[in-house]
Amino acid sequence: MSEFWEGISSAFWLIITLDADLVDITIRSLQVTVTAVVIGAALGIPLAAWLTVNRFRYRRTTVAILNALMGLPPVVVGLIVYLLLSRSGPFGVFGLLFTPTAMIIAQVIIVTPLIASVAHQALRDLWADYHDLLISLNTTRWQRIKTLAWDARRSLLTATLAGFGRAIGEIGAIMIVGGNIDHVTRVLTTAIALETSKGNFALALGLGFILIGMAIAINIAIHWVSGTERRGRW
Amino acid sequence: MIRPSTILALAFTLIYATAVSAESVVRMAVTTSFHNSGLSDVLVPLIGEDTGIEVQLIVVGTGQALRLGEAGDVDAVLVHSRAAEDKFVAAGFGTHRREIMYNDFVIVGPSTDPAGVLAAEVIETALSGISTSKSVFVSRGDDSGTHKRELSLWSKIGVDVSGSWYRELGSGMGATLNTASAMNAYTLTDRASWLNFGNKRELRIVFEGDPELFNQYVFIPVNPDRHPHVNSDGVRLVEEWLVSAKGQTTIGSYMIDGQTLFVPNAQGNDSSD
Amino acid sequence: MVDILPLTLSKAEVRRAGKPILGPIDLAITTGGATMVLGPNGAGKTTFLKACHGIARLASGGSDWAVERSEAELHQSYVFQSPILLRRRVLANVMYPLKLRGYSRSDAADQALSALTNVGLADAKDQMAHDLSGGEKQKLAIARALVTKPQVLFLDEPTASLDGRSKREIEAILIAAQRDGTKLIMTTHDLGQARRLAHHVVFLMHGKIHEEGLSETFFAGPKTEAAQAFLKGDIVE
Repeated sequence: MSEFWEGISSAFWLIITLDADLVDITIRSLQVTVTAVVIGAALGIPLAAWLTVNRFRYRRTTVAILNALMGLPPVVVGLIVYLLLSRSGPFGVFGLLFTPTAMIIAQVIIVTPLIASVAHQALRDLWADYHDLLISLNTTRWQRIKTLAWDARRSLLTATLAGFGRAIGEIGAIMIVGGNIDHVTRVLTTAIALETSKGNFALALGLGFILIGMAIAINIAIHWVSGTERRGRW
Repeated sequence: MIRPSTILALAFTLIYATAVSAESVVRMAVTTSFHNSGLSDVLVPLIGEDTGIEVQLIVVGTGQALRLGEAGDVDAVLVHSRAAEDKFVAAGFGTHRREIMYNDFVIVGPSTDPAGVLAAEVIETALSGISTSKSVFVSRGDDSGTHKRELSLWSKIGVDVSGSWYRELGSGMGATLNTASAMNAYTLTDRASWLNFGNKRELRIVFEGDPELFNQYVFIPVNPDRHPHVNSDGVRLVEEWLVSAKGQTTIGSYMIDGQTLFVPNAQGNDSSD
Repeated sequence: MVDILPLTLSKAEVRRAGKPILGPIDLAITTGGATMVLGPNGAGKTTFLKACHGIARLASGGSDWAVERSEAELHQSYVFQSPILLRRRVLANVMYPLKLRGYSRSDAADQALSALTNVGLADAKDQMAHDLSGGEKQKLAIARALVTKPQVLFLDEPTASLDGRSKREIEAILIAAQRDGTKLIMTTHDLGQARRLAHHVVFLMHGKIHEEGLSETFFAGPKTEAAQAFLKGDIVE
């Protein structure tokens, strides 16, 4: 248990001294994850809305696949993205491997199905509510999507935050495609793995506490900004 | 509320603002054991000061390091597994092997030493002590340089490594040491990883010093004929720095807990390989 | 403005899972007065309203307005039995159909507020729609239906399960709407309400028109036994 308390105290000292390396990797963690989640939401939410208001032959299959992709093993995603971005792979010429961009690409692949799936569940419930009214009002498909997305915006925010939660704690994919290069692609999770492998459990745990604290702080901040707390309805 | 587009623009600005120009960057795949020694933290900044080159380290096992070199995803590799290196260069993935330095492997195990390894004079006695007493031995099992060396030592003394006393992990050096420490088991590790390891508990060095355990580190530039995008000029500068008097002295004087870890042994180009 | 009425149903039939649940029906609904659709439970009253409105697809036959369908769609509204409200504020609910029609925000807000005033909900405009009471929800749904000044307003049991006061207020709103030129086509279980509002009665049984005519004639002496029994309050199957 002593490591636990050392972890807390090392987290404390890293924060109050604003340790330069800590600030560096924390900002990079946020850059990569926030970018990936914004892109993931920009892809996943319209996809969810489109699946909600359209009836087509393989819709059920598509939704089932989407739900299954939620559980994509990050390591597999990492390996596939590595093979695609490798100099010997199809997109090698862009030289994206071992850059933050490569990490963002991998995380977009990981979070988009999750955001789309959670968003689809929320939109589908709302659509069941609104269906008759929106048909009666002769809404166009686009008007239906806009209405559902706006009225379900809090659920969509929750879906996006679920994506953030998955991405910020993810390591399998970004370790492979980012390479954990100091000051270039090192983020909180890869730094934690590195310190653990060196047997520096206290420092690793300290970084872990900072990661958890940051995730909680961002969730609270976003709910606060969007006013969901005051409305008392999540 | 902040618009998503604003966040997106901001994120990309920040990311690309921190990217450095590729001209001065040399990406080098290095083994976990080298990185864990802490020597890279000394060498990388010095290389930067003297040559203006930013060395970016990708820390992986020997197997993956050589794969990255084959694919052209790094500019050079620094590894320690002779057979694999020879194959790599012979296949034309690397231009040549350049010996830089060596360190050594040690056997660590429980202080109580149930296998009586402490009394052993040579590596053969040490290992057969472990296998005959069926004391728990954890192996990296990850096809790394360390793992390959360990297997070649067992096969040299004719021990068939199977049975419940032999645990193959498939993990890096750090994870393997953590496991050995938790199980109070024997394992083979490079000295550098051991000295820098922070979770020793009951473990100590029980065997060291046999020449069989020496571990040669080699620098191999990735072949620009295969991968024209590699930063050959940068790689040459890094190689020259590593074999220079200053580079070799820095390596030789690096110490942890008052112990030197690496013996510099660079000579002229070993281009006969 | 062009009149969308009369609505002509010719051999109109609706099926669910292959079984006919409505029709075949031949009927013309003309302007003037309210058309009241009566009948026992399961007679197909809701399906009849939806078929007229065009949200229940006809398996065969036709339902035609005096003008093109796309034109007619703009001049009718539908109030569901249990009000479907958007998860928005009261005013935003009423503004919604106007914004769909491309009204500017301020025009939509002005007209929505006046529609809310007509149903007595102006003070509640900033509340969340789902926080309203049952009667208020139905009034909101009616205000939203009337805000587009429809020529035809369909209402499916608009006062079912409401208290007497709400019922009276809603009837007053509907009479006012009728005075302003909106044709009401509605279903109800409440025979008193039917007598108070109806000019024209359609009596449905088993998905078919059993009897149809002016309300005075119908209520004075229904021609069929089933309708007589229904008006007496007997159970009709």
